[in-house]
Amino acid sequence: MSHAEAHLDKLPPEPEKATLEGRNKVLGFWLFLGGETVLFGTLFATFLALRGSVLDGPTGTELFDLKLVAAATFILLTSSLTSVFAVQAMHHKNVKNLMIWLGVTVLLGFGFLVLEIYEFYHYVHEGHGFTTSAFSSSFYALVGFHGAHVALGVLWIGLLIIQLKVKGLNTTTAPKVYVASLYWHFIDVVWVFIFTIVYLMGKVG
Amino acid sequence: MAHSVKKYRGLMDWITTVDHKKIGILYFAAGGLFFVIGGIEALLIRLQLMFPLGADGESWLLSGQTYNEIMTMHGTTMIFLAAMPLIFGLMNAVVPLQIGARDVAFPFLNSLGFWTFFFGGVLLNISWFTGTVPDIGWTAYAPLSGTEFSGTGSDYYAIGLQIAGIGTLVGGINFLVTIINMRAPGMTFMRMPLFTWTSFITSGIILFAFPALAVGLIYISFDRLFDANFFVTATGGNSVLWEHIFWIFGHPEVYILILPAFGAISEVLPTFARKRLFGYSSMVFATALIGFLSFMVWAHHMFTTGMGDIANALFGVATMLIAIPTGIKVFNWLFTIWGGKIRFTTAMLYATSFIPTFVMGGVTGVMLAIPPADFQFHDSYFVVAHFHYVIVGGIVLSLLAAVFYWWPKMFGRMLNETLGKWSFWLFFSGFHLTFFIQHFLGLWGMPRRVFTYLPNQGWDTANFVSTIGAFFMAAGVIVILINVIISIKGPKAPADPWDGRTLEWSIPSPSPEYNFKQLPLVRGLDAFWLEKMDGKKEMTPAEPLGPIHMPSPSILPFFMSLGLFIAGFGFMYRGYEFDSALINSLFGNDIIAILGLAITFVCMFLRSVYDDHGYHIEVEELQKEG
Ligand code: HEM
Ligand SMILES: [Cu+2]
Repeated sequence: MSHAEAHLDKLPPEPEKATLEGRNKVLGFWLFLGGETVLFGTLFATFLALRGSVLDGPTGTELFDLKLVAAATFILLTSSLTSVFAVQAMHHKNVKNLMIWLGVTVLLGFGFLVLEIYEFYHYVHEGHGFTTSAFSSSFYALVGFHGAHVALGVLWIGLLIIQLKVKGLNTTTAPKVYVASLYWHFIDVVWVFIFTIVYLMGKVG
Repeated sequence: MAHSVKKYRGLMDWITTVDHKKIGILYFAAGGLFFVIGGIEALLIRLQLMFPLGADGESWLLSGQTYNEIMTMHGTTMIFLAAMPLIFGLMNAVVPLQIGARDVAFPFLNSLGFWTFFFGGVLLNISWFTGTVPDIGWTAYAPLSGTEFSGTGSDYYAIGLQIAGIGTLVGGINFLVTIINMRAPGMTFMRMPLFTWTSFITSGIILFAFPALAVGLIYISFDRLFDANFFVTATGGNSVLWEHIFWIFGHPEVYILILPAFGAISEVLPTFARKRLFGYSSMVFATALIGFLSFMVWAHHMFTTGMGDIANALFGVATMLIAIPTGIKVFNWLFTIWGGKIRFTTAMLYATSFIPTFVMGGVTGVMLAIPPADFQFHDSYFVVAHFHYVIVGGIVLSLLAAVFYWWPKMFGRMLNETLGKWSFWLFFSGFHLTFFIQHFLGLWGMPRRVFTYLPNQGWDTANFVSTIGAFFMAAGVIVILINVIISIKGPKAPADPWDGRTLEWSIPSPSPEYNFKQLPLVRGLDAFWLEKMDGKKEMTPAEPLGPIHMPSPSILPFFMSLGLFIAGFGFMYRGYEFDSALINSLFGNDIIAILGLAITFVCMFLRSVYDDHGYHIEVEELQKEG
């Protein structure tokens, strides 16, 4: 048994909650997500209030291409699943799989971002810019904020993979992995609401 | 394993500290400074209104524009940069000690919270030097805050508060986790002192209220700097939306401020009446209920906006509901001191005078909650009188009670009681002299936020009296400052100067950096009092003496906040025409903004990559200290 493995064996079953620091971090992060909920709630409320003010710009019905958005949704939801696999691998103390699944998650997140950037680029071409109307401003604020969260998550989890490589799995890195996966799920849930409220309801008119 | 750790001294110690007691003192110093600035602004307002016009028929002191700037900065400074930080200072100084914890849950974030608040406040006040001061009221209503009607001052408002708000949110999360996870053995929720309880609920309100403000401020900035259309009616935006967003934050904000004030009163009264708090569990329940209701009433600020009768009626009734838990509290306080062995120390004077004063503010609050009546009161001096009764008569009086009560614990020195009583009588009489008559000014028709008025409408004498009162308050504050300065050489404070009831009085004054050498075992409410009644002098320890783990100091929070501060300027001046082409291209191409954000992100990166192992205080050291 190598030195690293011996160390892993000593790790408690749920290493993210083994220390007080870890428990604080997890609880603090849950609360932070509570605040994030209000943040997105305000963005959603604004969008609902202003979505009718399209002025001369294109309406949602004209703009949205559900096929593209459905593909993005599929990619993002899958990445939520892979982040669950990552946490499971962590609980099995399988650092290699943990890193692989986090890597897949990052790749999927990155794919989502590419689709979203393409989508925005396309909209701007159609005359739907950030400053076009109150509808467009609130659209980009809401969807863009979510996109920024995804981008931040991709960078963050990417950094975590490197940290796992260098420092290994221990009671300091485990809580980080755990809260990153919480964050990732949260982003997914927000996207489900965006898909419904912005795109599906927008398509209906 | 003991890690050696750099210990800093002097200024570096204060910039890098992660010790909640030192951060509490930092909050006190910065909040006190901003309180004095806001107070000077208040005096200027009152001086201006002392006489309607000068001899030449012109405004005698301030122009309308300058008045608007001073009034806006007074309100904004007092709420966000004075009252909030002073409350955070108290929470830092007291909560960990009251729950028997060695530290807060996130010492690093605690320091970050302070520095973002501080840099946000500095940014806001730099507007005085650039000559573009916010002039849109502390409520920044649209379209006044848009580019059409206001200049760079509005950017200072939006970005300054944005940065300061991050600190508040971080602080709120920190205290929630601290109180949930770090309580000493035996300290169940229903044994927590009431100041801790109110800090807990207040932190919860912060968590759910501040993100709404953050989004609203982002909208203002987007509208102004990136030509978005959120509040611009011409392009389909909606200015009433801002009112909703602001007040969904804004009403909970006033409870964020008042609940810890209630908590402090609930600590001071039992101590100086030598009785336990009357109705402890109903106090806890009332606090939680107020916290919940605070989110249900925001539109009482918008009765005259035109929401319709049904909405007005619902929000009016919801507002009046808050009087029920608040009434419970008032009666509990009265029953607490009823029949007690009262000692009228300065802290107790402030605390007892709080009760009737705050009740008066509450009564006018219920009056304002009646929509048809509010159509008369709205935007008149009646409103100014109302909110100063709850803010100064409520929050400031109780903060002063708290300062005199906990000062010995925070600084290890006693404040002078004679000077304390002088300050009380000056401040208290000055307060009522200033604001009582403003109720009538409002009823006689004087509108709020005006820089002058025509003479001989029956307002002259009342305004004159009100200004005299303001100078009494200023004298009171000066006496307090003298008291503070004298206390540096004043008598050393014993561990338990007031015969206290809660855990913070069971450890030395000022408390050592690790707070508790051994964590105490808590056996009930008023934990320290229980032990004293059993004839003991100290708490029973819940653990053997062992090495204590401490977090290392860090400069990163300072630089993270500095980065945001720089980025703030970068964004504010991105569209500005400077004389120098170099500066123009630096701002115009967002290079300054990106540089600032880069500093912040690099600090975050460093924090994530380099683990903080902290250091240990060894048993020998603990024993040496006695
Ligand atoms: C200590 C003595 C104080 C005096 C003499 C004073 C005086 C005034 C006056 C005369 C106004 C009315 C400005 C106008 O409507 O034209 C005002 C507004 C205001 N004050 Fe004070 N004030 C004091 C303390 C405080 C404190 C401690 C707070 C909060 C913690 C506070 C919060 C406000 C707010 C929020 C406004 C509204 C500003 C606005 O209309 O945008 N004041 N004050
Ligand atoms: Cu309110």
